[in-house]
Amino acid sequence: MITVSCAAIIPWEVNTMADNTLIRTEDLCVWFPVRRALPFGKRRYVKAVDNVSITIEKGETFGLVGESGCGKSTLANALLGMQKPTAGKVYFKGKDLNALSIKDFKEARRDMQMIFQDPFSSLDPRWDVYRLISEPMYIRGGYTKEQMEQEVLRLLKLVGLNEDDLHRYPSEFSGGQRQRIGIARAISLHPDFLVCDEPVSALDVSVHAQILNLLMELQQEMNMTYLFISHNLAVVKDICKNLCVMYLGQVMETGDTQEIFNNPLHPYTRSLLSAVLSVNLDEKQERMILKGEIPSPIDAPKGCRFCTRCPYASEKCHQETPQLQQCGEKHFIACHFPGIGMEK
Amino acid sequence: MKKQSNNFFLRLWRHPKGRTGIIIAMLLVFCAVFAAYLAPYDPYDVTQRAEKGLSPSWSHPLGTTITTGQDIFSMLIYGTRVSLIVGLVTGICTAFLGALMGLLAGYVGGFVDSLIMRIVDIMLVIPTLPLTIVLTNIFGKSYFMIIFIFTVFGWTGLARVIRSQVLVLKNSNYVKAAELAGASRWHIMFRHILPGVTHLLIMSTALTSAGIMVAEAGLSFLGLGDPTAISWGKMLADAQSGGALLFGHWWWIIAPGIGIFLSVFSFMRIGLALEEMFNPRMKQGAGVRKLFKSLNNTYIQGIFDEMNEDAAGKPADGKEAAKA
Repeated sequence: MITVSCAAIIPWEVNTMADNTLIRTEDLCVWFPVRRALPFGKRRYVKAVDNVSITIEKGETFGLVGESGCGKSTLANALLGMQKPTAGKVYFKGKDLNALSIKDFKEARRDMQMIFQDPFSSLDPRWDVYRLISEPMYIRGGYTKEQMEQEVLRLLKLVGLNEDDLHRYPSEFSGGQRQRIGIARAISLHPDFLVCDEPVSALDVSVHAQILNLLMELQQEMNMTYLFISHNLAVVKDICKNLCVMYLGQVMETGDTQEIFNNPLHPYTRSLLSAVLSVNLDEKQERMILKGEIPSPIDAPKGCRFCTRCPYASEKCHQETPQLQQCGEKHFIACHFPGIGMEK
Repeated sequence: MKKQSNNFFLRLWRHPKGRTGIIIAMLLVFCAVFAAYLAPYDPYDVTQRAEKGLSPSWSHPLGTTITTGQDIFSMLIYGTRVSLIVGLVTGICTAFLGALMGLLAGYVGGFVDSLIMRIVDIMLVIPTLPLTIVLTNIFGKSYFMIIFIFTVFGWTGLARVIRSQVLVLKNSNYVKAAELAGASRWHIMFRHILPGVTHLLIMSTALTSAGIMVAEAGLSFLGLGDPTAISWGKMLADAQSGGALLFGHWWWIIAPGIGIFLSVFSFMRIGLALEEMFNPRMKQGAGVRKLFKSLNNTYIQGIFDEMNEDAAGKPADGKEAAKA
């Protein structure tokens, strides 16, 4: 039996003191209205992101994991201002992103960029590499033609492409190379905050490491902050300092990556971790297989979102929604019974 | 940009359908532009009373009209002008209007989208030809009027196609990426989305032009064209009323027919070639000849094989039968 000290402190209150915060959300909700079946029926929503409060510190890599459809990408879009939140706030460098004037918002957005999951659809097939990479600079203005050309060449070298590739079209490149073009484009304005929305999941396994290494090198060189969305927990463990596990639009567990991996207190986190393949054959892993499908986010379960699939769910879980509570120095969890079912 | 457009015409030129289309269209354009130099007589000259109803000869390659003695060959050449101008101008105007409306509806969305789409819905159910007949009667029979009417009623289908394509492009990741880079709506609309639908516009211009050429000929034949101009449709109408069939002057009817056929054929060819170029799912050159070729390869070959087998097998049977 482990003893867990649980204090009802909400993460952002802890971190507001530190000046190190780059971006944080306060009770962020993104709900999409669903067309009503009857004209006067109850208006229903897909609660893609529901009451999410996260804090991302300067210079770190923040991991965001969860099943497909749990709202990871929607959260990222809301952070970038691409998606207006239904409720809650996004603070970027201390400023409320959605309260800014259009001009200030555009200025703030200069510092945030995104690397897309699919390098095949995120590059305009009719544009050559030079135009693709220089587009952000062209839009922002303030560069002469020579400066732009030099900058594009520098970026090309930085991401490991050739000068000869300058006037080729995206269709002439492989997936990995296209992702490099996407990265060059994203960093061309020297952003502080870079969202990597599953940057390697559409690529061959053999180029995963190359792209990840490139991203890590760039982070060190340019002092960027990453929000790293991924399915791949092994990757997240390696590169992320902090981690947030989402399920059906809500945060299940968040905190220091090492601590979560060493001591996963939430049953959902444990089931995710038990699915990670291990190279070590001797080490027999206990699999924790969840039953059933992820419920529809339109009719999310009452109480704890995870209660329908949690093997340890009790009556309380079906009634009350657990709040995030602190269970360690940098470890927060939304569960009524942290650490339930853990043996030792 | 220049490189791309070069590529585009080169690709069209290399396409067998496109090449025939371009060659014929170029010939027609040449005829239209230099009609005054090519035509041996003034086709508007209706005072040749002595030369009425001549059969084709060296001085009048296609004879003269029975009613007024105009040189049919000259009329044919001058007719190219009307046909091409009406067809092309309408095609271009339609493409322009359709693109504008489609882009607005697709990209701006919301109220603008519903408004434009409802207008399209209404326009689509209005039968164009009877309306054109009525309107030309009301507003006069100039070609400008015909172009105007066909443009006003012709953009709807294209706007729908463009809108749906814009909706696809609008949600594509590269538009999202451009938005993230701080692009304005205009930048996205004209740098990303419009180039994505240009092929549809060019294709539609070619195909609409072909359709409008036929429609114009039809209207002129019905006597609804510009009475002062010479067009192929009007030539047919004159031939009909002038008794070309009665006197057996078939060249008077065939000549404008061939003109209409060639112009429509060439534009259709170009349009279809473009369609095949831009839509890779459409099999290139899926014509009747190819069908027979594939039949030859598989089906007929199979029959031949069977016959050979039978031929090889039969003597053996025959011998056995003889032995028994």
